[in-house]
Amino acid sequence: MAHYPESLITELEERARQLRITSLEMIHRRAAGHPGGALSAAEIIAALFFHKLRLDPARPDWPERDRFILSKGHASAPLYAALAARGFIPAEELVRWGDLSCPLQGHPDRLKTPGVEMTSGILGHGVAIGAGLALSARLRGLHYRVYTLLGDGECQGGIVWEGALVAAKYRLSNLTAIVDCNGVQLDGPVHEVLPLEPFADKWRMFNWAVLEINGHNMRQILEALDTAAEIHDRPTVIVARTTKGKGVSFMENNAAWHGVAPNDEQLARALQELKGGA
Amino acid sequence: MAGVPMRQAFGLALAEYGAANPDVVVLDADTSSSTLSRFFAERFPERFFNIGIAEPCMVDVAVGLALGGHIPFVNGFAALLALRALEQVRTCVCYARTNVKLAAAFAGLSDYKDGPTHHAITDIAIMRALPEMTVIVPADAEEAAAWVPLVAEYDGPVYLRLSRDVAIPVHDRSTGLRIGRGIVRRPGGDVTIVATGTMVGRSLRAAEALASEGIEARVLEIHTVKPLDVELIRQAAEETGALVTAEEHTVIGGLGGAVAEALAQTRPVPLERVGISDAFARTAPDVDSLMDACGLAVTDVVAAAKWALARK
Ligand SMILES: Cc1ncc(C[n+]2csc(CCOP(=O)(O)OP(=O)(O)O)c2C)c(N)n1
Repeated sequence: MAHYPESLITELEERARQLRITSLEMIHRRAAGHPGGALSAAEIIAALFFHKLRLDPARPDWPERDRFILSKGHASAPLYAALAARGFIPAEELVRWGDLSCPLQGHPDRLKTPGVEMTSGILGHGVAIGAGLALSARLRGLHYRVYTLLGDGECQGGIVWEGALVAAKYRLSNLTAIVDCNGVQLDGPVHEVLPLEPFADKWRMFNWAVLEINGHNMRQILEALDTAAEIHDRPTVIVARTTKGKGVSFMENNAAWHGVAPNDEQLARALQELKGGA
Repeated sequence: MAGVPMRQAFGLALAEYGAANPDVVVLDADTSSSTLSRFFAERFPERFFNIGIAEPCMVDVAVGLALGGHIPFVNGFAALLALRALEQVRTCVCYARTNVKLAAAFAGLSDYKDGPTHHAITDIAIMRALPEMTVIVPADAEEAAAWVPLVAEYDGPVYLRLSRDVAIPVHDRSTGLRIGRGIVRRPGGDVTIVATGTMVGRSLRAAEALASEGIEARVLEIHTVKPLDVELIRQAAEETGALVTAEEHTVIGGLGGAVAEALAQTRPVPLERVGISDAFARTAPDVDSLMDACGLAVTDVVAAAKWALARK
């Protein structure tokens, strides 16, 4: 396993902080979007887009590129922010998000946004589609890896587990699912809406390799992604324990911030907290 | 209830009706804060079931509750009830004829900000094609609230199509509502506009614009797209000789399709269909500009009426 110098960790943490700031600004500007699940996923998306995924923004259709499917499509803001930072889309588009003429849709649209591998927004599709992409890689002898990011509430949908059975049957070790386990969904805490625990055990029983980490700890994320790549007989799920609304005190662990945009004053307070350390 | 979003009027009415009818139970799929079935949940927590993000499962649980003699109102996004849970709806609700009510929230383009994944522009066509299903599309907040007891007390499957947003007010409580019976919202002898849902208000505005040019348009509200009030439509065809349909839905298979089928068998006259052309819409900053951009503007209805007239 690679050893990661502190400088890289710090750089990626800074990327995560920028994704949070840009996401909230985008959501505020169009007065729509999903702050809670954007903030909880910032480190995971930063680790993938600024370190782990093999991508070439000049060739968004490079056959050997790694594939990332945002199964929890409502976290589109940090995805768009990452795609802009990597040069897949012009940064000017971020501030037009939500306008009728803007190609960026409320949820990711693969036909309108370079770098978006798959259209999403209706929850539940990532694992099964990821399994198909992983099978395709195997058939073609390509070496790309497939990653999909889910919400924990999303895992209440049966289709997730149907996909999990398929990935296990074909021992798709080139598929990694990451679950942003922030414990809160739209209507409230996951354990109240529909309990999922023991969650990691469920995946184990489905014959997946399971890695449980702190999803805000950059080193743990990178090491888990490396470990997943070294498991050759089954798909891996990274159960990333996170905090919904992470980084903005009044949004943390609060379902009310699932799909509501901050107003001017709230944005200012949020940015103050996020920029405080800089 | 002018200015009240349709979802709010519906949510409050459902909670109120829950007090009157202890057989009513309510289900949601982690969207009760969006659909506003939350109002019922707060008042009657023991009769509210949050099934999580599992819409097909929610429909089957409702089927079980209906088999036990309850009257389940299943709340979810229209796009999910009509698409993801469709097989459950077809087999276990319609074919088995269980007394399940589908309260389909955020229908049409009303979830403008979430984009085409969340729009429901094919749901009327889908639901209308299912045997045993009754399809009701309220025109405004007042009407959405008024349907709650009628839907609950009707024995059989119902798809109640609800908008997220504020619709132009057209209904008042003194106007009676009956399943399957259209409403003449404005008299007129030159051309007829047959509208459903949020397009009823827009069609009345179009009729005013037409009147200022000396064209008297009759406006029919067809809230029940199935079973269709064929007699009212045939009569309008006979008396005005040209029709326009208007709906917040694709032009394929919805109200326009239903009216075309009815006219073909009774009194074929020129027909223009106002609706979303055969394409997915886009994300937008508000519902009105999105509807305008998708061919649902008042001026689109006016133009269609003139076309229909010219073809007489
Ligand atoms: C199948 C489906 N049902 C409902 C929704 C509406 N919805 C969007 S996000 C969400 C909650 C998601 O919770 P979770 O998966 O835990 O995501 P996170 O907390 O990371 O935002 C819901 C119910 C949807 N997009 N898709």
